[in-house]
Amino acid sequence: MSLHARRGRVVAGLALTTVAALALAGCAGGAADASASNTDAATATSLADFGTLADLEAAAKAEGQLNVIALPRTWANYGEVLDLFAERYPEITINEQSPDASSAEEIQAAETNKGLDTAPDVFDLGLAVALQNTDSFAPYKVETFDEIPDALKEPSGLFVGDYGGYMSIGYDSSRFDAPTSLDDLLDPQYKGAVAINGDPTQAGSAFAAVGLATVEQGGTLDDFTPGIDFFGELAKAGNFLKVDPTDATIASGETPVVFDWDYLNAAQAKAVPTWKTVVLPGTGYAGYYNQAINKDAPHPAAARLWQEFLYSDDVQNLWLKGGARPARMDAMTEAGTIDADLAAALPEAPSDTVVPTEEQSSKAGELLGQMWATAVQ
Amino acid sequence: MPEATPRAARGGARAGWSWLGLTPFALYVVLFLALPTLLAIGSGFFDRSGTFTLANLAALGDPLILTTFWNSSWVSLVTAAVGAVVGALVCWAMLGLPETGVVRTVVDAASGVLAQFGGVMLAFVLIAAIGTQGVVTSLLRSAAGVDLYADGVWLYELPGVALAYLVFQVPLMVITFMPALSALKPQWAEAHLTLGGTRASFWAHVGMPVLAPSFLASLLLLFANAFSSYATAAALASQGSQIVPLQIRTALTSETVLGRENLAGTLALGMVVVVAVVMWAYSLVQRRAARWQA
Repeated sequence: MSLHARRGRVVAGLALTTVAALALAGCAGGAADASASNTDAATATSLADFGTLADLEAAAKAEGQLNVIALPRTWANYGEVLDLFAERYPEITINEQSPDASSAEEIQAAETNKGLDTAPDVFDLGLAVALQNTDSFAPYKVETFDEIPDALKEPSGLFVGDYGGYMSIGYDSSRFDAPTSLDDLLDPQYKGAVAINGDPTQAGSAFAAVGLATVEQGGTLDDFTPGIDFFGELAKAGNFLKVDPTDATIASGETPVVFDWDYLNAAQAKAVPTWKTVVLPGTGYAGYYNQAINKDAPHPAAARLWQEFLYSDDVQNLWLKGGARPARMDAMTEAGTIDADLAAALPEAPSDTVVPTEEQSSKAGELLGQMWATAVQ
Repeated sequence: MPEATPRAARGGARAGWSWLGLTPFALYVVLFLALPTLLAIGSGFFDRSGTFTLANLAALGDPLILTTFWNSSWVSLVTAAVGAVVGALVCWAMLGLPETGVVRTVVDAASGVLAQFGGVMLAFVLIAAIGTQGVVTSLLRSAAGVDLYADGVWLYELPGVALAYLVFQVPLMVITFMPALSALKPQWAEAHLTLGGTRASFWAHVGMPVLAPSFLASLLLLFANAFSSYATAAALASQGSQIVPLQIRTALTSETVLGRENLAGTLALGMVVVVAVVMWAYSLVQRRAARWQA
C-alpha cells in the first residue's frame, strides 16, 4: 500500500482488483497497429505520429469540429473543461450531444451514426462498458501516458482512466445529522429522504451505491446481496426515496440525502451551501471514468487533440476543482504541478478501497437484474 | 377533337390510378410503423452475435418480467377505466350547455391541450405541486397538518404514475367521446319521452347501446395510450423499472447489466401480444354492440 498520498490507496486498490480485467481487455483489443510511417490521423497512436503538438493542433483545426457525447456540464467540472477547450481552440466547434446519455448509449450512438459526421469522436465511459467494447476504440497514448498509473489504463491505450472518486453520501446538514455509518440511514429522521443516483440496474453510480452498501455491511464484491438487502430494509423503513436526484431536486430539497460519487456530491455545495459530503469510514468504493477514442471517429485528429488536452496539467487540475481525483495526481504531486489547495480540500479517503473486476461487475449486474426491483418495491 | 381523346384517356387513368394518392401514407406507415415494429420484434430472436435464439423469449416467463407486465396492465386498465368513466361524465355534463358557449369552448380547448400534456413537463408539475417539498404538500402540512406521504413517498411509484396518467387520460376521453355524445339526437329522447318512456329508460334502451361502441373504442384507445406511455413514467419512477416500457429502456441503455439489448425485442413482442388480446376482446364486444345498433 502506498505511503502518504491518499489517492495512493485508491490506486493500490485498483491495481489489486482490476489488473486481471485490464489484461483481459488487452487481449480482446487485439494487437494495435503502430506503424509510425502512416501519419493518417485515424491510425495515429501517439503524438509522434503527427510530429509535434502544433502539428496535431493544425490537423485538428483543419477538421474544425469535435463531437462529444454524454458530458453533463455539472459532472466533474466538465463545463469548465469544455469552455477551456473552446477558448483555446476557437477554430474547433464542439458539438455536445445528449449530455445525459448513459455509457451504453454512447456506444450505441457510435454504432447507429457510423460513417456519419455526427458520430461521437470520443467517449467517456464507466469501466464495465469500456471493457465490453474495446473493439470500438482506437488505441492512442497521450504524451503523459507514462504518468498514469498502470491500474487505470489499458496497456495499448484503448481506454484510459481519467478522473474518479469515492462513493459518498451527500446530505443537507441543515435538516439532518451527519450519517456516520450506513445503519444511521435507517433512523426515522431520514424518512422518505434517501435517494441514489439512478437505478442500479441502469446507472453506474447507482450500481456503486449498492456496491458500497455491500462492503459497508461486511460483504464482498463477489456477492452484492448484503447491499441489495440493505436498500430493501431502507425501503421497508420508508426511508428510501425512489426519485432520481438532479441538481434541481437537490436545490429544492426534494432529495435531501443522496448516494453519489464524492465529486458530484461536493459540487452541489455551490447551489446548497449547507450540502455536506461524507465518505464513510471503513471500506471505500472507488470508481474511475475512462476516456476512449471512437475508432470510426469522423474527426480523428480533433479526437486525439481532445485526449491530449484532457490529460494536460490544466485539465487534470480542473477535475480536481470539480472534486474528482485526476488520473495523473501522483505524478503531478511529485512534479509540483498539482493545485495543492484543491488537493487538500478532497474528503478524507477511507482506509481500504475496493473496485469490482469485470467478472464481479457482471455477476453483480445479473443479481441486481433479478433482485433489485423486488427488493425496493 | 384531337384533344378530347387524351383528356378522356387521362380521366380513365385517374380512376385506375387513384390508389396512388394513398402511396405516401402507405409508405409512411411501412417505413415508420411496420418496419420498426418488425425490426424491434425480430431483434428479440437473435443474440448479440447475430445467431438465432429463443433464449430471449424464455425471459418473458421470468417472474420479474411477468410482474412488470402485470403492473403495466393494471395501471393501464385502471387509468383507462377511471379516465373513461370520469371523461364520459364530463361529456355528459357538457351536453346541457350550448355548443358554442364559453364553458364548452374552454373545456374543449383545455382537454385538447391536457390530452397531450405528458412526459417530463407533467412529471415536473406533479413534483412541484405534490412532491415531498411541493407547494400543495407544504401547504397541507403547515395549514391542515396533513402529511401526504405519511406512509412513504408514493408519488415516485406506481400510484404516482397512475395519478399522472389520469391527468391526460380524462381529457383524452373528453375529446374522443364528445363527438359521439353530441351525435345523440335530442329528437330521440323526445320521441322516447313522447312514447311514454322515462329518462332512465331512454339511457338504458337507447343512449347506452348507441354509445357503447364508441365508449369501448375510447376505452381501448385510453388503454393503449397508457400501456405505451414512457416519458411520464420514466421521469417519475426511477427505481425498479416497474412497467414494461421502462424495462425496455433498462435492457437497451443499462451500463451495469450488459448484453441484454435483444431482450428489448421480446419485451416489445410481449406488448404487441397484450394489445392484440385487448383488440380481439374489443372486436368481440363490438360485434355484440353492432347487433344493438342494427
